[in-house]
Parts: sequence; C-alpha cells; structure tokens
Amino acid sequence: MKAAAFLMPLLGLSVSAQASPLGYLAGSGHDAIEISRLIALFGGVSIAVVVLVALLLLGGLFRRREPDPAHGRPQRDEGGMAWIYVGVAATVVVLAVCMFYNLKTIAAVASPPDDAALTVEITAHQWWWQVRYQDREPQKVFYTANEIHVPVGEKVRFLLSSADVIHSFWVPKLAGKMDVIPGQTNVTWLEAEAPGVYRGECAVFCGAEHARMEFRVVAQEPKDFQAWAAHQLQPAPPPGDAEIQAGRLTFESRCAACHTLRGSSAAGFAAPDLTHLMDRSTLAAGALPNDAEHLAEWIRDPQKYKPGTNMPQVPLSEADLAAVVAYLRTAR
Amino acid sequence: MNTSVMSGKVLPVGSKSRHASGWWGMLTVVATEAALFAYLLFSYYYVAAHTTNPWPTGGDPKLDLAIPGTLILIAGSLVMAWGEHGIRRGRNGRLAAGLIVSILLALLFLGIQFWEWFHKPFALDYDAYSSLYFVITGFHMAHVAVGVVMLVAVLLWTALGHFDAERHSAVSIAVIYWHFVTIVWLAVFFTFYLSPRLI
Amino acid sequence: MTVETFREPKLVTAEEAARREPALRRIWETPPGLAGWLSSVDHKSIGKRYLVTALIFLILGGLEAAVMRAQLSQPDMHLLSPEAYAQLFTMHGVTMIFLYAFPVLSGFSNYLWPLLLGSRDMAFPRLNAFSYWSFLAGGIALYVSFIAGRAPDNGWFNYVPYASRGFDPGVNIDAYALGMILLGLSTTVGGINFIVTLLRLRAPGMSINRVPILIWGTLTASLGNLFAVPAVTLAFVLLWFDRSWGTHFFDSSGGGQPLLWQHLFWMFGHPWVYAIVLPAMGIVSDGLPVFCRRPLVGYSAVALATVSTMVLGFGVWVHHMFATGLPVSSLSFFSSASMVIVIPSAVAVFAWLATIWTGRPRFTTAFLFFAGFVLLFVIGGVSGFMTAAVPADWQLTHTYFVVAHLHYVIIGINVFAVVGGVYFWFPKMTGRFMNETLGKWSFWVMFIGFNLGFFPMHIAGLAGMPRRIYTYPADAGWGGVNMVITLGSYLFAVGVLLFLINIVVSRFKGRAAGANPWDGGTLEWSVSSPPPPYNFALIPIVARRHPLWEEQLAEGEDRSSTNAKGFLLDHGRETLGTTPIDAEPDVILKMPEDSWMPLLLALAVSGLCTGLLLKLWFLFGIGTAVSLLAAVIWLWPRRYLSQVER
Ligand code: HEA
Ligand code: HEA
Ligand code: HEC
Ligand code: CUA
Ligand SMILES: [Cu+2]
Repeated sequence: MKAAAFLMPLLGLSVSAQASPLGYLAGSGHDAIEISRLIALFGGVSIAVVVLVALLLLGGLFRRREPDPAHGRPQRDEGGMAWIYVGVAATVVVLAVCMFYNLKTIAAVASPPDDAALTVEITAHQWWWQVRYQDREPQKVFYTANEIHVPVGEKVRFLLSSADVIHSFWVPKLAGKMDVIPGQTNVTWLEAEAPGVYRGECAVFCGAEHARMEFRVVAQEPKDFQAWAAHQLQPAPPPGDAEIQAGRLTFESRCAACHTLRGSSAAGFAAPDLTHLMDRSTLAAGALPNDAEHLAEWIRDPQKYKPGTNMPQVPLSEADLAAVVAYLRTAR
Repeated sequence: MNTSVMSGKVLPVGSKSRHASGWWGMLTVVATEAALFAYLLFSYYYVAAHTTNPWPTGGDPKLDLAIPGTLILIAGSLVMAWGEHGIRRGRNGRLAAGLIVSILLALLFLGIQFWEWFHKPFALDYDAYSSLYFVITGFHMAHVAVGVVMLVAVLLWTALGHFDAERHSAVSIAVIYWHFVTIVWLAVFFTFYLSPRLI
Repeated sequence: MTVETFREPKLVTAEEAARREPALRRIWETPPGLAGWLSSVDHKSIGKRYLVTALIFLILGGLEAAVMRAQLSQPDMHLLSPEAYAQLFTMHGVTMIFLYAFPVLSGFSNYLWPLLLGSRDMAFPRLNAFSYWSFLAGGIALYVSFIAGRAPDNGWFNYVPYASRGFDPGVNIDAYALGMILLGLSTTVGGINFIVTLLRLRAPGMSINRVPILIWGTLTASLGNLFAVPAVTLAFVLLWFDRSWGTHFFDSSGGGQPLLWQHLFWMFGHPWVYAIVLPAMGIVSDGLPVFCRRPLVGYSAVALATVSTMVLGFGVWVHHMFATGLPVSSLSFFSSASMVIVIPSAVAVFAWLATIWTGRPRFTTAFLFFAGFVLLFVIGGVSGFMTAAVPADWQLTHTYFVVAHLHYVIIGINVFAVVGGVYFWFPKMTGRFMNETLGKWSFWVMFIGFNLGFFPMHIAGLAGMPRRIYTYPADAGWGGVNMVITLGSYLFAVGVLLFLINIVVSRFKGRAAGANPWDGGTLEWSVSSPPPPYNFALIPIVARRHPLWEEQLAEGEDRSSTNAKGFLLDHGRETLGTTPIDAEPDVILKMPEDSWMPLLLALAVSGLCTGLLLKLWFLFGIGTAVSLLAAVIWLWPRRYLSQVER
C-alpha cells in the first residue's frame, strides 16, 4: 500500500515528463523508436527485478517464523545456498536474452547508411551550431545555424566536428547522441518519420553556456524541404527603405567581423550565418524567441541573456540599433 | 586449531629479508609502478595508432647510443645482484663494490640519456611524438634517479656497518626496485627504438 | 648487547596477560596532547580521523548540492551564475567521490582491520599516518582553489580540451591536478598497507578463507587501486604538461588525442567506482548477519564475487564513452562485458536476501540501513544495466538518468552502508550506543527523502534533461519533476543531519556498551569497547570464521582461543607475523614508535608538488630536499626495530 501511494505521484510525474518536447520514449525518428523499444525491454526487466527483490526482502523481513530455538543467540547455518544458485541461474538467462536484443539493436541503429539522401556538416561552437549543407555542386552548398531542416522519411547523414571543445549532438525524439570531438569527424544519422519541429540540445558540458546550446530540427515533406533549400541559396533581399539601408551599413561596419550575411558585404566566419535569420524560430541557440523585441534586446546586451557568450556587447546608439534590427528583420 | 599446536615454535624477531614487511611492500610498489608504465606506453601506442602525422617524428630513433645504454643498465642490475649475493654471505665489501659500480653505471646511463635528449632535432613541445618521447623517457630517468638515491642510502648504511648475513632487508628491498627499473627500460626501449622498425 | 634474533613467543593465560596489561599500555599508548596527536601512528586514531574528515567533506559536498538544487528547483532561475554552478557541481562530485566516499571506507578499514584480524596494528603504521596526512593535504589543495576565487569547474572527469589552458586558464585545474596527485599517493600507500597487512598480520589460524568479507572488500579495492590509480595520476600529469609546458598529448592540433584523456580517466574511473563500494558491501556482508543471528549465506561465493567484480571492472571502462564514435565491434564488446558484471552483483544480492530470509532479523537501526541498502543497490544496479546497453545509452548518457544511477549506487551502497556501519561499530569505537529512537528517525527520513529526491531523476533523464546545466527553459517541461527532486533531497539532508546530531549526542550521552553489545562473532567484539591501545593483550588463535560464535554454531571440534590463552608479545611494540595463506606463526614483528616523519613527509611532498605544478622552483627545491631527508630518517635502520644487529 505504502509503495503504491508512493508510486502514484511518480507515475503522474513520468507521464507529465513524457509530454516534454525532449522526452524520447515517445520518439518520432527511426532510431529513437528502435531505441525506445530496447529501453522498454531493459526497463521492464529492471522494474521486474526491483519488484521481485523488494518482495523477497519484505518477505524475509516480516515472514512468520517458528519460535527461536537458539533464544536469540546465533543459529547454525541453515543453508540458503539454493538462493544463490537459483538467483544466479535466472540472472544469467535473463541477461543472455537482453544481450541478444542489445546486439541486434546495435546492428540496426549504429551503422550510418551509405544511401543517405542528404549529408549535413555540423560544426559545434561554444555555444551554437554551424550547419553546412553538402552538395555535389559547389554552388548548391549553403550555411545556416541552429536550425536544421530535413526531409521526412529520408535518411540524413551528419558529419560532426568541433571548433573548440567537446559537445554532443542530440535530438532526443529522433535519435541517440553522438559526441562532437575536436580532431575527429564523427558520423551519425537521423530519419524523421513525421513532419514537425524537434528540439535538440548539446549534451556534453562545454563551458558556461552549455545549458543554452539548443537547436531545432525541422522535418518537412520533401517538396517543402526542397523549396526551403532553394530559398536558403538566395541572398537576403536588398534593403528597401533608408533606415534599412542605414542598418545594413552599420551591420557591415560593426558586425561583419564575425557574421556573414549574404546580400551584404558581411562575411565573418566566427558566428552564426544571419542570411535567413528570420526563417529561424529562436535566437542564440534557443536562448530567446525570435521577434523584433528580443532581437533588439539581444544585440543591446547579449551577455545579459546568455552570460559568457562569445558575442560581445557592441556599443550602438539607439538609432543605430533600431536600424540594425530593422535590417535584420528583412533577412529572410 | 588447537592452541598447543601453535606453541613451541621459535620465531625470528624483526625484519629479515623476506620476513620484512618492507620486502612485500616493495613488491606492491613495483606492481603499481609497472601499471604506471603500462599506461604511459598505452598512451604512446594509442596516439601512434590514431595519428595522421608521419611517425615517429624525425624518423626511426638511432640505436647507436640506445643499445649501449641498455647494456649498461643490464650490467648495473647484474652487478647489483652479485653484490646482494655477497651480503647474504656476510661480505660487506662485495656489497659495497656492487653498489658503487651500479651507481656509476646508472649515472653513465643518465648521461647518455641526457646527451640523446639534447641532440634530438625536436623539442618537448614540437608535437605529440616529441611530448611522448621526452615525458616517457623522462619518467624512466626519474625512476633511475630515485634508484640511485636508494642505492646511495644503502651504500651509506653499508659503510656504517648496518648489514650482515642475517639482517640486510634494506638491501634486498632496494635491489628489487633496481631490477624493476632495468626491466621497465627494456619495455621503453622496445617501444621507442624497436617497435617503429617492426611496422 | 646484541639484538635478539630468535624467540619462542610465550603462550600464556588471560590472568598472566592481565598482569602485563599496564606494561603493554605503557608500550603502546600515544602520549596525550597535540604532539602525541600529530605524531601518533595508532591505526585506531588514524581510522577515526579518516572517518571524521570524510564526514566533514560529506557535509561540504552536501551543502554544495543543496545550493545546486535550489538553483534547479524551477526553470530559468538566477540564483547562480553559470560559472558558479559549474564550480559547484564539479566540487560536489570531486568532494563526494574522492574526499568522502573512498576516505570514509579507509576510515572503517583502518580502524577495523587489525581488530578483525587479531593484530596490534597495520603492517606499516607510519605509512598509515602518511596516507591520512596526504589525503588531508589533497583535500585542502582542492578547497584552497575555492577560496582563491576559482575552483575546478569542468566536472569531476575533467574532459579535455575544455580542461586545457586555452579554455580554462587559471589555477583551478592545476589545483585539481595537485589534489589528485596527493590523493593518488595517499590511496596507493594506503592500499599497499592493506595488502601487506593481509599477507602478514592475520592472527594465527586465520587462514584466508576465514577473514571477514570487509577484509575481502578492502583487499580487493586496494589491489584494484594499485593498478587503477596510476592511470588517473598519469592523466593529470600529462594534462599539466599540456597546460604548462606546451606538450600535445591531448591537443589534436599537435597530433594528440582528446579521447586519450577519456580512456585514461575511465580506465581508472570504473575500477574506482567499485573501490568505493566493495568495502561498503563488505560492511553489510559482515554486519547484516549479526542482526540476522546467523552467518552470511555463501561466504565463499560472496568473497569470490567481490574479487571477480573488480577483475571484470577493469574491462568495462568504455561504457562511459559509448557516444564518442568508437567502432561497433568495440562497443559490442564493452557493452556485453558491462552486462556480465551483473552476475557477481547478483551473487551478493541473493546472498544477502537469503541471509535475511533464513535468519531472524532484529530491527536495529544498523539493520534497517543494511536492509535498505540491498534494495537501493538493486535499483542503482539495474539502471547501470540499462545504460550498459549501447543504443539505450545513446539516449540515456549525459542525462539525469545517469545522475540517478550514480546517486543510487553511491548513496545506496556507500552512504547507507557507511551510516549503518557507524551505528554498528560506534559502540566499539566509543564504548557507547547511538540513540536508537533518533536512529530510526534518521533512517526513515533518509530513506524516504532519498527515494523522493533521487528516483525522479530517472524521470527527468527520460524526459531529456541533460546533466550539468545550470538552468533550463520552462517549456522543456521539467519544472515539476525538479521541484520534487529538490524537496526530496532536502528531506534527505535533514535525515543526514539527524544522523550527525545522533553521533554528537551519543558520543557524550550514549548508553554504555559492553565489549560485545550486538553479540557479534568476529574478533573485534572480543576486546573491550573502546579497545586498548594494543588491541589484544593476547594475540588470539583462530580456528573458525566466527570465533565468538563457535559454541552456538558447533561446526566442529576445533576451538579458537580469544581470551583464554594466546601469545603475549611484550618486548616493546610487537605483533605476530604469519604466513600469507595459512596464517601460521612466522615471525615476531617489531612495530615502530610514534613518529613525526609521516606528517613532515606529507608536508614536504605537498610543497614539492605545489612547487612543480605552479613552477615555484624555490618551493619545489625545499620540498624535494625535505622529502629526501624525511624519507631517509624514516627508513634509517633502527635497533629497536631490530633492523640492525649492533
Ligand atoms: C559507485 C559505484 C557504482 C557501481 C557499483 C556501479 C555499477 C554499475 N554501473 Fe555505474 N556508474 C557509477 C558508479 C557505479 N556504477 C558512476 C559514479 C557513474 C557516472 C560517472 C559520471 O558520468 O559522472 C556510472 C556510470 C555508468 C555508466 C555510464 C553511463 C553514461 O555515462 O552513459 C554505465 C554504462 O554502462 C554504468 C554501468 C554500470 C553497471 C552495469 C553496473 C553493475 O555493476 C551493476 C550490477 C548490479 C545489479 C544489476 C543489481 C543486482 C543484480 C541482480 C538483483 C540480478 C538481477 C539483475 C538483472 C537481470 C539485470 N555505470
Ligand atoms: C558520494 C557521492 C555523492 C553523494 C553522497 C551525493 C549527494 C548528493 N548529490 Fe550528487 N553527485 C555526485 C556524487 C554524490 N552526490 C557525483 C559524482 C556527481 C557528478 C558530478 C559531475 O557531473 O561532475 C553528482 C552530481 C549531482 C547532481 C547533478 C549536477 C549536474 O549535473 O548539473 C545533482 C543535482 O541535483 C546532485 C545532487 C546531490 C544531492 C542533493 C545530494 C545529497 O544527497 C546531499 C545530502 C547531504 C547534505 C545536504 C549534507 C549533510 C546535511 C546537513 C549538513 C544538513 C544541513 C543542510 C540542509 C538542510 C540543506 N549531485
Ligand atoms: C566578436 C564576434 C561577434 C560580433 C562582433 C557580433 N556577433 Fe553576433 N554573434 C556572435 C556569436 C559567437 C554568436 C552566437 C552566440 C551564441 O549563440 O552563443 C552571435 C549570435 C548573434 C545572433 C543570433 C544568431 C542566431 O542564429 O540565433 C544575432 C542576431 C547576432 N549575433 C547579431 C549581431 C549583430 C547585429 C552584431 C553587430 C551589432 C553582432 N552580432 C556582432 C559573435 C559576434
Ligand atoms: Cu556544447 Cu554542451
Ligand atoms: Cu563504469
């Protein structure tokens, strides 16, 4: 009874926790689904073992006993070895089955496919993600950041490298993690089975803002994806009015050391590509929502929203700031 | 067990060769030190296996000094064993001679090593290979140096007449360490000087 | 006069021995006062120091955790800066793993080993003192960096390249290296001491299959450490070279390998996690049966399981690196190996269950902790079994699921066993019982608080919450579960507080306890509580695993002799050395007097290492010179140790 009373709130918690956009037991990607089955098997075995041991323990504690012939003094060894024999034998059998499914699942999810429809290079930076879409034709290669679009139902291969320290690339609802390690290129892959926006996050501690190194995977129907990719290849539209024009100039003089914005002269490489910033739903790797207000706030004082970030506070007059924001708002 | 079975046995008193706890202690020290070198050499092979640079940096290391160095260390070990055998028969002089020759050979080995160090075409911070080379051989040289300190202490106690055929556990203990330093060198030597030639 | 070379140890009766007790006390007693305290080599005072120091570190680490839990209780909290949070979780992990979990077990083992084995001290009493001082120095080195402004902040496993100078400048990582080198030294010499003690100092007749399981546990941990600790010491030395001398061991731009760090760290780390639980499992294997009024079921199987856990433990380190992109063949191997290691744990669990089932439990506080331990071990163990499956681990790794696993195993197997062990042996150490009513309260508050605080971490992990994040967004949906974790862990802290209060109160006001308050069967219960400085006036002679239970168990003809007849060794500090396997009398060992050299050497070595790490060459020089001096004085052949003839 006590156990049940104890378990109910936990059950409630776990149900609510699975509603999390990052819960992976309800996956939507090939790997995640495959893995959640394995977790269910191992988890089921684990719960069964715990329940069994708890029952045996309670039984041992409270079972009815004959009057004590030894009157409280230690009694002779009454055996009990059978417990060990039976227990270990059962353990071995269960382990053997689990091991078999484990190896089977490894084979199913580990090997990156040769027939990937698409290869995306990810470079992890403290604390944002650079994304480069490969293509056989060089003019079809493009960069973006923090938001990765993929076609639904197709295998997408990811080549992971790091610009600084170790990070880990993780989209819980789609697949398991793969660490991103300087000096080596790790390969992983994803296959989304339903359209949607899947949240991803950095999973290895990588410094101050490890907590704010999110990204998003947008799974689209293949034709939508094609349209998106074609759009990404375009530069940002030319400035419309004078304020936007002024914003572009300020941007080119104050921000271009780090940022690229195709359609302007900015071609820095140390920070996220901003060409189609407005197509993204968040700013600074999930730290802020992407709207005019937060954009201005961010540029005014990035350290306030993401203490430690590598984007410095660039001193701008209010007018310049407004102009830069106006300009960036056209970057779509 | 019956108490009477236990009585009536005359026992040695205090530390005598293998009766000394220190003798067992030194065996465990050697075990942990051997593990240390195993990890050092693991690091070498691990980096070598994953490197994309030419390996070893600067080509296969020359053997012209390494082989004499190796022989010198082995000779030092043998001489030390001879000296230890001496004290087991109470010959203090033979022990002293063994110690002195071993110490001199060890110093010669260190000299050769330093000479090699200063004639390498690269410095410590050149690349991963140079780091491994200097640090691993350096670790070994530090062990030789510690061995020399031990032998000097034992020599001092020999001169003070502390040892005889019965009681010389300090000698036996230092000698274990001394043999260990030689054996480890063989592994280091194989790794740096021979293994690149085998593949 | 020449030194005595041979003697027949006198077999005397208890009455005779009683007459010699004042003399023995004079020989073995440490003089009172600070000087005596600093130079004492008595294993009992060293053991108690270890215990008290480790408990202080538990409080420090716990307070760090309490602050972390406040920050994490709700989304988007701003109690702590990211930098402060990073230092807290790092120092929390380092403190708990290195300054609490292992030293507390060293404390038990140091205090108990000679008493369990029927000896008068450890094989190397001075080394024992040195081991404590260098542990203390390591702990201080780590905490000084906190005070100096920046503590280690890269997690307890301190991955490169974040740990390299370029990303983490400052003295914090160097302080971590210094601490680890000193702690490694302390652990190594401590381990050597246990191994040689086991080989040499068992009471006559205590053959290897008669030693208590705690002895097996500490022995196995010590042997494991002998081979594991050099890996981490080396890792930190190489890191220091990279940071201070521009080498490229871990630096991929110079041809080095960041993953080399992970291999070296976990080749140490995994055996280490068993080193911090095997002695604790030994505490339970020895304590539980006393309260079940029967010997442990399957002694040999449990002893064998202890050893094989450690042996297998050297072959599973890669399970901490499943997501680093290693080849599938290697993953499959290490995954399977990690599952095989479940088998020895199953042996132990079923042995404990059988002992309870077939025994007659007495529900003392100590027993409650031991019984609770069994359940917590299984919960922690099966989550390890889940992460051992590679694909599952790709989801679970780096999340709160792993945080849940590690707290269940460490708190479940270490803290619960330790607290139970304190309730169990406190009467022996102080001559007083701990308060049972307060004890039961402390158990239930700790047990409920622990499960309430740490079980939901599994759920947070399954909901995708990564570890080592200083905050999380509200829309991630982790708010509720984190609030429960925080409240539960505070409840647990209250339970720990009750336990600590109980120690302090009982130390002065506890009910008096006799020599054998629980009617235990092993040798430590045959001497007075607290034991005299020389432990045993008569070196006992052992014929069975439970010398004090022989009449009841009536397992055969032979009888041990604990207080009736035994060897009296009283020509100065002496104890009996026996042969390694059968424990037949072999030598009369001369034991050292109290000495300042352990403290001096620990100080000098700390100076040496600090000088080296921080390139303070003057300090390095002095440290080296004093170390050499102290070592030579220490080892100088002595007549009273009968190391020289004339
Ligand atoms: C303190 C001691 C301790 C102990 C005893 C264990 C025991 C085990 N651990 Fe754990 N482990 C840690 C401490 C410990 N661990 C720590 C500190 C970390 C985290 C480090 C960090 O990242 O900070 C860690 C992390 C860790 C990982 C890496 C997770 C990750 O980072 O992704 C893995 C992966 O395989 C693992 C596996 C295991 C296994 C298989 C066992 C097994 O030994 C458990 C075996 C026991 C049982 C299973 C229960 C009893 C058995 C039965 C009742 C029989 C029936 C059971 C079955 C049929 C399943 N552990
Ligand atoms: C022996 C090992 C041990 C122990 C006992 C604990 C005990 C606790 N641990 Fe810890 N923990 C680790 C070992 C341990 N931990 C390790 C190795 C890590 C990984 C670190 C890393 O990632 O590098 C970790 C990480 C870790 C994290 C994850 C941090 C992160 O990844 O961001 C958290 C978060 O909740 C946590 C919480 C706690 C809590 C609440 C306790 C509590 O049980 C503490 C309770 C004790 C006290 C509070 C002190 C005593 C009580 C008092 C003095 C009373 C007064 C105080 C109050 C009433 C508040 N621990
Ligand atoms: C010194 C380099 C540097 C300069 C100069 C700089 N930035 Fe940044 N910027 C960064 C970095 C690094 C990031 C990624 C921050 C993070 O997510 O932690 C970033 C992120 C951003 C983002 C969010 C991008 C995204 O994909 O979410 C915007 C918008 C931005 N910067 C605008 C500007 C503007 C406008 C200026 C000039 C006024 C500017 N930056 C100047 C380095 C710089
Ligand atoms: Cu990037 Cu954590
Ligand atoms: Cu492990």
